[in-house]
Amino acid sequence: MNRNKTTNVLIVGVGGQGILLASEVVSQAALLAGLDVKKSEIHGMSQRGGTVNSHVRYGEKVLSPIIPQGQVDVLVALEKLEALRWSGYLAPDGAIVVNDFRLDPVSVATGKIPYTENAIDLLYSNGRRVLVVDGVARALQAGDLRSMNVVLLGALSRLLEFPAELWEKALEAQVKEKFIELNRRAFALGRDAADSLR
Amino acid sequence: MRDELLPLREKALLSGNEAVAQAAWEAGVLFATGYPGTPSTEILETLVGYPEVRCEWAPNEKVALEVAAGASLGGVRTLVTMKHVGLNVAADPFMTLAYTGVKGGMVIITADDPSMHSSQNEQDNRNYARFGKAPMFEPADSREVTEFLAGAWDLSERLELPVLFRMTTRVCHSKSISSRGPRREPAAPSYTKDFVKNVMIPANARTMRVKLEEKLNLLRAEVETHPANRIEGRSAELGVICAGNVYNYVRETLPEASVLKLGFTFPLPAALIRKFAASVERCYVVEELDPYLETEVRALGVALATVPAPRPPIGELSPETVAAMFGVAAPQPQAAAAALPELAPRPPVLCPGCSHRAVFMTLKKMRLTVTGDIGCYTLGALPPLASMDTCLCMGASIGMGYGLERALGPEAKERVVAVIGDSTFLHSGITPLLNVVYNGGHTVTIILDNRTTAMTGHNENPGSGRTLDGGPAPAVDYRALVRALGVEFAVTVDPYDVDKFKQAVEMALLHSGPAVVIAQRPCVLLPEVRGKHRPTVNYDSDTCTACGACFRIGCPAIEKDAATGKPRINSAFCTGCGLCTTACPCGALSL
Ligand code: SF4
Ligand code: SF4
Repeated sequence: MNRNKTTNVLIVGVGGQGILLASEVVSQAALLAGLDVKKSEIHGMSQRGGTVNSHVRYGEKVLSPIIPQGQVDVLVALEKLEALRWSGYLAPDGAIVVNDFRLDPVSVATGKIPYTENAIDLLYSNGRRVLVVDGVARALQAGDLRSMNVVLLGALSRLLEFPAELWEKALEAQVKEKFIELNRRAFALGRDAADSLR
Repeated sequence: MRDELLPLREKALLSGNEAVAQAAWEAGVLFATGYPGTPSTEILETLVGYPEVRCEWAPNEKVALEVAAGASLGGVRTLVTMKHVGLNVAADPFMTLAYTGVKGGMVIITADDPSMHSSQNEQDNRNYARFGKAPMFEPADSREVTEFLAGAWDLSERLELPVLFRMTTRVCHSKSISSRGPRREPAAPSYTKDFVKNVMIPANARTMRVKLEEKLNLLRAEVETHPANRIEGRSAELGVICAGNVYNYVRETLPEASVLKLGFTFPLPAALIRKFAASVERCYVVEELDPYLETEVRALGVALATVPAPRPPIGELSPETVAAMFGVAAPQPQAAAAALPELAPRPPVLCPGCSHRAVFMTLKKMRLTVTGDIGCYTLGALPPLASMDTCLCMGASIGMGYGLERALGPEAKERVVAVIGDSTFLHSGITPLLNVVYNGGHTVTIILDNRTTAMTGHNENPGSGRTLDGGPAPAVDYRALVRALGVEFAVTVDPYDVDKFKQAVEMALLHSGPAVVIAQRPCVLLPEVRGKHRPTVNYDSDTCTACGACFRIGCPAIEKDAATGKPRINSAFCTGCGLCTTACPCGALSL
């Protein structure tokens, strides 16, 4: 782990997708690793199906709780249009972990603007490192569609340098007792997803 | 107070709000109250988890502050929480509280929302400290919340002044590393009558006004050496004065700059500021929103340099904006961003199955002018429902509806309705309704009773039948309440019974006096409702004529198939509420 550099993870998606839990787990992992960490997000109105983002920064010493534009090391998107929306925050060598999942905003249903069908293709431009995760299939395989956020975390875990036990500990601390098994499965399936794409 | 000064403390990753709750508990606070408001809500939601502290939601911020004033009079340490605009509501007691002072220490949290992530304005409540003459702290992160609050109640008791603790969205909702420690034993409650101090008749107020100035003078000396204010000497050329979270952006963007980091920001340390300014060649102030520090610093006669690229005092700062102000080259984001097509915006929407959707669908059909209010239902102003005409502040809907009616004359009757949420009505809708009755208006008010304060995270209120700690409470009977105010026409109806609801509104509009329709249906996100969701609606593509009527109710579960223009029901979201079956004229949707 490069202790001198601050690592910046931006997790985005749609209100209700479990973004805040995902960013909490990353932050707790960093804390357990003995690093300084800050995380920032907006609650409230944006959570009613709007676009949501959560910034996590960790390293030796973290100052700003929000990631400056152009400095995101890993962008994790639980929805593909949101991946595109936030892609401008990536650092030149930043990577994207994207859920191949589409959620139509109401603006699409009412016919104002079409959904960007080729969102994932556009993400690949400029030789970016993109990891596409079939979150729906894997979450269903784990046992609940709502565990998509943890599937994505599993995939992300391959890109960050925390040991697996530490992720496990961080995850277990954040979920209710009766959902631990489900989330363990979802996390493992996410880690595999990262494997199969390498 | 660095780590070494606070031994025996357990490191913890806390949000600013969690840190406030923890610090209040540690300081021996016994009573906490407030009104939910983003970004302050989680403070009391966290503190209620500590059994030693009595935590309550008040119907509004004015009541909260007055109750806390009473508890403080009884010698108990108190915490009062609210969002920035809440302090407007509480301003009346606040402006005199520094005169009477407090006995048990009192900290008032004002959670400001620069950039209006979840608010109707971005007023800078630092102005309230100067205005109401209350000492003020501004923490930069959770750790400073812990540090500053550790002495805040002591300070409050020593000077007998309420302490204003000003946070912002980025401090409230950002997590950073802080710590937890043990609780201090609270002092025993006690009450002593003190006529001059506590009865603000003019003669006494004049006495206390002088005392207040003496206290402020004591403070002016104290802030000079208070650990919350510190000079970080680096460059001899570039110096920046800043406070709160802005400090983090300044440090990140201008690592070489000397910094005067202010944490105690009313009253300001005049000598320290002068000393710092004299130690650097160019001294700048960087701050979010109003030029609060800048005005005060200039008034001291300190010469400030002008930032190379000043920005208007609007919105929150960020590392990028500070970099832009000083012409520091920002890292270039990936080029691909520039070539993106126009992306469909994703504004917040009413949840699938939301009780409010049915109300707005009907009001839209009736083509009424709707004065609105603050809550989830404010989203009814956005397309495709677009059926709310105004939103000013908590409780304004009824007064504005009545005013509009007065302005437009008899014409307005049968055309204007006011909509207000249950919690908002109890917060500040009762007096404007009384005004309608008293002054002989006939404004129609629709109380959107979804049994909770939904917007801020489903908080309890005097109508929900539960208190903050989840215990049972008497629930307001809205019909009896408005009848007691003198409203003769008051009916309760489920807005999902679309015909009946429309009829009720029509009758209310025809009624010769003021009328109230209580649109009652619990929020779909309430746990007791979640369990009762019905299966996804049936959709018959053959019957569907692709008329698009279902899209116009704005349910996020109804997606549009780009090729056919027909709907596709997202079964992951649909709650089976059935509203779309009413909206569809062709019978293609059914339960
Ligand atoms: S939280 Fe409740 S009141 Fe708010 S939009 Fe959702 S369903 Fe409606
Ligand atoms: S029944 Fe219709 S309106 Fe209700 S949630 Fe389902 S799709 Fe939306």
